[in-house]
Amino acid sequence: MDDAHTGPIDFTRRLRSRVPEYLIILALVACSLVAVMVTVGIVFSLVFESIRFFTIVPVTDFLFGLEWSPQTAIRDDQVGAAGSFGAVPLITGTLLISAIAMAVATPLGLASAVYLAEYADKRTRDTIKPILEILAGIPTVVYGFFAALMIAPYIRLTGTSLGLEVASESALAAGLAMGVMIVPLVSSLSDDAINAVPQSLRDASLGLGATRAETVRRVVLPAATPGISGSLLLAASAAIGETMIVVMAAGLAANLTGNPLDAVTTITAQIVALLTGDQEFDSAKTLSAFALGLLLFFVTLLLNVAALKIVKHYREQYD
Amino acid sequence: MTKSFTEITPALKRRHAAEARFQWIGRVAIVIAIGFLITMVVSIAVIGAGALRQSHIALDVFLDPAEINAEEIKNADFGGVIKAALRTKFSDVTKRRDKRKLYGLVSSEAAYTLRDMVLRNPSLIGTTPKIWFIASDDIDIFFKSHNASGGGEETHRISSKEVAWINEFKKAGDIETRFNSRFFLSGDSREPELAGILSALAGSAFSLAVCFALSFPVGIMAAIYLEEFAPKNRWSDLIEVNINNLAAVPSIVFGLLGLAVLLNTFGLPRSSPLVGGIVLALMTLPTIIIASRAALRAVPPSIREAALGLGASQIQATFHHVAPLALPGMLTGAIVGMARALGETAPLLMIGMVAFIVDVPKSIVAPATALPVQIFLWADSPERAFLEKTCAAIIVLLTFLVVMNLAAVLLRRKFERRF
Repeated sequence: MDDAHTGPIDFTRRLRSRVPEYLIILALVACSLVAVMVTVGIVFSLVFESIRFFTIVPVTDFLFGLEWSPQTAIRDDQVGAAGSFGAVPLITGTLLISAIAMAVATPLGLASAVYLAEYADKRTRDTIKPILEILAGIPTVVYGFFAALMIAPYIRLTGTSLGLEVASESALAAGLAMGVMIVPLVSSLSDDAINAVPQSLRDASLGLGATRAETVRRVVLPAATPGISGSLLLAASAAIGETMIVVMAAGLAANLTGNPLDAVTTITAQIVALLTGDQEFDSAKTLSAFALGLLLFFVTLLLNVAALKIVKHYREQYD
Repeated sequence: MTKSFTEITPALKRRHAAEARFQWIGRVAIVIAIGFLITMVVSIAVIGAGALRQSHIALDVFLDPAEINAEEIKNADFGGVIKAALRTKFSDVTKRRDKRKLYGLVSSEAAYTLRDMVLRNPSLIGTTPKIWFIASDDIDIFFKSHNASGGGEETHRISSKEVAWINEFKKAGDIETRFNSRFFLSGDSREPELAGILSALAGSAFSLAVCFALSFPVGIMAAIYLEEFAPKNRWSDLIEVNINNLAAVPSIVFGLLGLAVLLNTFGLPRSSPLVGGIVLALMTLPTIIIASRAALRAVPPSIREAALGLGASQIQATFHHVAPLALPGMLTGAIVGMARALGETAPLLMIGMVAFIVDVPKSIVAPATALPVQIFLWADSPERAFLEKTCAAIIVLLTFLVVMNLAAVLLRRKFERRF
């Protein structure tokens, strides 16, 4: 129907037959609330199941216990039937692997960000940046596979030839792969932070006779520190929450150790181990996965909120 | 205090050397990161390429009418017929253990291949046709590496007797590698030589379809509301902060949500692409919202103002003029989000999409697995032959990701408008 030829009567009828606009607005509001509902859903389901877990295992035992061996008893009178749910070995394991990952990602990510932002010409920048981004786009199961089947045996071989005791599923292999995975997180956000430093600061420093490297080290990087630390926090949060790499390459042995050549396990790897396969939903073993999930959610949320705050605050500073 | 020129020169040299070092550190960092990427992809591709070919063995099978009753072909012992054929070919094998090894040359699938062949053409009974069978996994791996290097890989998995048999087949031209169409056309199997990715691909496709159907409309509607209608107040800020944080929540937490709410509270079918798709949709939602908002922001206010000036309502201006212009950008964001969802594994493990799935799932409520989960399962298998399958599946997955991301780039380039 051609709008130009509709008379006034047609026009009012069309107005009436249309969906009232407030309904459309309502639908839009509902859709934007889905995201909020997801967060609420996450918090509620985790908290609810965790409370059920903490009625069986005290919170203090969970947070400060040094031994992790979740098991469901086949018979009630079995030895060690209760299992032990001390999360400390998992927390240290998670921190160890994340620390290795950060030790890899921080220098690699920062150095490439500085090079791309301060030295590379536009063409190099436009080619290298997307290639680095690919690292973040590769599924984590691929990194896990590569870490378990190619990096781990290599580390083991090198370690044994140096006379070191290396576990076949070492924290180092998982940490290395994870580190490379989060390089683009560090580099692209740091790149943004470096680019946000006003040119006038650089010009002033160069004008006083500093070399470019000195300008970067003494002027640009200090000015970009908040943005860079935000990017590091986000990268750390991603490392802590990463699952497949540790499931495939780090193993399930809950060792309380700081040795990167030992096998350790992480919060995420244990959640997967506890919840794959058949489960009975009332056992402490299954419920403990939700308590671990809550811990994980809480820690990563804290890191994310802090990172986003820092980055946002910093962006406004020079605008 | 002034320094003379001769004093400054060495210091200057030092500082310039430091400058050069600093630049090199940056270059080396980039080379390490990209080098890792290339090493990973190339080494996986090299191993995975092996899975594209599969060894087949030809046997002269006497279809003994005494064994195969023309009336009851289905019940005949075709395994026994093949064993007899192998015994006839290598009549010098007498020991029990050696015989078992001999029977292991061909895949366990061989009996079914033969049965189907006879069912299709019963007149074969009583003749001795030459039939090609799929070789078993160890033989396959040995023969392929043997062909490539000439020497062949002597492992504990294969004995000198088997090597001798293979050489005999080879002399007669009765063993060869063919394109492995089975890998793309069949589901998972306990036998590496029979395993394929079709059921996992179908599971991924179903999950992604559900994911897109849910997250795209909801995502763009939310973006339209936040960008065009939402008042600037604390509620809008809360929603915004919430979306940004949701984008950084570990994927496994979404899996826990799916397990607790979708499976245990709502009782949706476990292991189904429906649940997988919903979980992935919740995960991709923030990505789509953020990308769609950026696309809406890129539409100049003049478009909006022109529509409003001609008497359009806010809704009309948005839905008839602003949203269509932002649609390519929204789609681009959706494709990137889908690509990420395709590679996601951890949340699917939580909702039970790790089952051993042989049959291709027919609907979104049938038990299924997904391509990355299949990779995870194969990577865990002890059989050596699954290694190349895993690598090949990874290459297929990466190919899909590359295609999707390329599509997003092309879409952006085609519809990119400068106002």
